[in-house]
Formats: sequence, structure tokens, C-alpha cells
Amino acid sequence: MDGVHDLGGKHGFGAVNPEPNEPVFHERWEARVFAMYLQLGGNLDRSRHAIERIDPISYLADTYYGRWLGGLETRLVEDGVLSQSEITERAQALGARLDDRVAARPSFTRDHLPDEKPSTDRIGTAERPLETSPRFALGDRVRAKTTSAEGHTRMPAYVRGCVGQVIGLHGGWVFPDSHAHGHGEGAEYLYTVRFATETLWGGGGEENVELSIDLFEPYLDMVDHDD
Amino acid sequence: MTDSRMAVRVEALESLLIEKGLVDADRIDETITFYNERVGPMNGAQVVARAWRDADFKVRLLADGTAAIDEFGFSGGQVDKLVVVENTPDTHNVVVCTLCSCYPWAVLGLPPRWYKDPAYRSRVVREPRAVLKEFGTAIPGDTTVQVWDSSAEIRYMVLPAMPSTWAGQSLDVLAAKVSRDSMIGVEVLSD
Repeated sequence: MDGVHDLGGKHGFGAVNPEPNEPVFHERWEARVFAMYLQLGGNLDRSRHAIERIDPISYLADTYYGRWLGGLETRLVEDGVLSQSEITERAQALGARLDDRVAARPSFTRDHLPDEKPSTDRIGTAERPLETSPRFALGDRVRAKTTSAEGHTRMPAYVRGCVGQVIGLHGGWVFPDSHAHGHGEGAEYLYTVRFATETLWGGGGEENVELSIDLFEPYLDMVDHDD
Repeated sequence: MTDSRMAVRVEALESLLIEKGLVDADRIDETITFYNERVGPMNGAQVVARAWRDADFKVRLLADGTAAIDEFGFSGGQVDKLVVVENTPDTHNVVVCTLCSCYPWAVLGLPPRWYKDPAYRSRVVREPRAVLKEFGTAIPGDTTVQVWDSSAEIRYMVLPAMPSTWAGQSLDVLAAKVSRDSMIGVEVLSD
């Protein structure tokens, strides 16, 4: 989905702000969210998509573990484990104000389809050996598709339509675009593709920069050698 | 939301999940302690120091990072497959995850805030030299800056270059000098 999470290349976010001697967790609540998330486990791709569906203002305002919290609330409500009113009432009993946003309400739900195939929780590696042959080989020139999917995808918008070269073969992996939506693991071949920076951002940018990114086979088309 | 309001929201969720038997408060405490104390860049620093001292290990590490770090027995998750990329006079590597904040937890611990914030995620793929300068890191114009956007389950770690004056030092001494930022690629190690 074309969400606010797809940040690569966006302008306007200002300077990077490193913090000397930063603690692992800044606040107790951050650590609690992190540990609850790990304990609940589940489908990592669905979890990522739940975070992407947080409304864009909150996505930016809530910071990293706040986004994890929002994603967790969404997953638990959509799975029927907890109800929104149950979370809201508990939060108010603990002192939340009536206008506080609790039990994150995703702003983009059209795409949350009921599971068609049982979606295995991903425990352990997401690598899935495939019996078919990969479509691309090292050195092939490939073009990233221009598709703007409404669901979960791991192809950032900034590579759309751009031509790069396959520099890494990684075998088959769980395909997040399928697995995030309960359509099964749908394993696909994964490649590292390298792009020249002027291909991505046009001329006039920084000199002597390249970008390498991991892209699944369905994101890519072969470029003819005389293209 | 402010931290105090966020804390209420978390407490609400945690208390409900405990009542339903879905999470265990003691295990939450154990997980937090584990990530505070046992998982962190000191693990990656051991890998780097070993690669500097042991040429055969370095070959194995660059060929198959996952197998090479198995020898250390780290745990901490988020590394289905580790690819280690080496900084050389020709190439400086820097790692990002533009779509979320993927990071090799088992070797570097949990990511710092700046790695997860929009400024780094949006800019380092487009103007890495400018971003590196904000960390005080100037890369010569004839060195290629190679940005790795970890968009799938492969995790990347940078093998920084060792300053020549550190040659001959022990593994422990070297490991203590390897910074987290040098293994993300936003810092070049120096004396």
C-alpha cells in the first residue's frame, strides 16, 4: 500500500538526530510493548501490515514502539481476541481521558480480507526452498514493476519502474504480499538488485552512490538485452 | 501521545492479556532483561574483531554470514539470513530499512531511535553522503557509497575497516573499540 511507512526518498524530515549513550528502551511502556509483542508472536507479515495501516498522523507521532502498540491492538481486535470497547473501557478505568485514542483504529481496512488459507505463524526462518528454477540470474537487468498494490508489499515505491542489475540470489522465501493477507506463504524467489542512484532519483544528486535492495521475483520484469 | 498517556494505553492492553492468560508478566520481565543485558552491539563487535584477526574466518563470514555467526551461539532473533558487507578503500557500505526498521538484532541488539525515525529512513537512500556527514563521517568522492535497503528477511551488517594502528591488538581489545555505528555504516573507525 502507498502508506506513510514507505519513507524512502521522501523530503522534509530534517536532520538525523543521534543520541549519545542511548538506552535500549527509553520508557518502561516501550519495553512492555516490545516484550508482549514477542510473547504473542504470530504472523510477522500481518503484524507489519497492521502497523502500516495505522493512520498516517499517528504513525509519525507515536514513534517506534507506539507503532508496535497500535499494530498489536489492531491485530488483537481483528482476530477477535479483544474488542475495541474492552480496551477502551480498561484504559479509561486506568485513567485515560475520554478523547484519548486507544485501541488503534486502522484508517485503511478495505484490504483486510478474511483468511482464505490457514496462515502459518512464522516461527524460525522464512526461507523456503523451491523446486522450480529462478527466473533471473546474476547479472540480469531487471525492471521493477510500476504496480501500486493496495495490500502489503515489500517493494518500496522509490524503485518502481527503475532498471537495476541482479547481484544476489537468495532462493525461495515466504512472500509477504501473500502471507500478510492470509493467502498462504506463497514462497517466491528473492534477489538483491542494485540500482545506480541517478536511475532512482535523476541527475544532479550525489556522485558515486549505488543502492542495493532485496526484491521478490513477482516485483520484477526482465529487461531485453537490447532494450 | 505523551509517554504517560501511552503508558496507560499499554497497561490497559497488558492487564487484559494477562487476565486472558495470553501473556505472562514474569516472562515480559525476563525478555526485557535479556534484551537490556545480553543482546547488543558487543556481539557484532566480537564478530568484527575475529574477522580482523583471522583471515580464514573473514572469508567464511563474507561468504556465508549466517553460518559464520553460528559459531558464536548468539540468540536474539531477527536474523534468518545475515549478509556481511565489507568496507574497503573502494566501497563504503551503509544499511537502512526504509519500510519499517529491520535490523540484525542478534549481532547489533535493538536499533537506536535515529535508525527507526523518518529522517534517516527517508534520506539515506537518496543522499547518503549528506546523512553520513551529519554523523561526522566524510566519505572520499572516489569511494563508492553502497546503500543496502533491507526490504526482506535478509539482514545486513557492515564489516568496518580496521585502522592500521590497531594491528596486533588482542581480540578483546579490538572488540571493545568496534562501535555499533561502524557496523551500521554511519561511522568510520579511527584512533
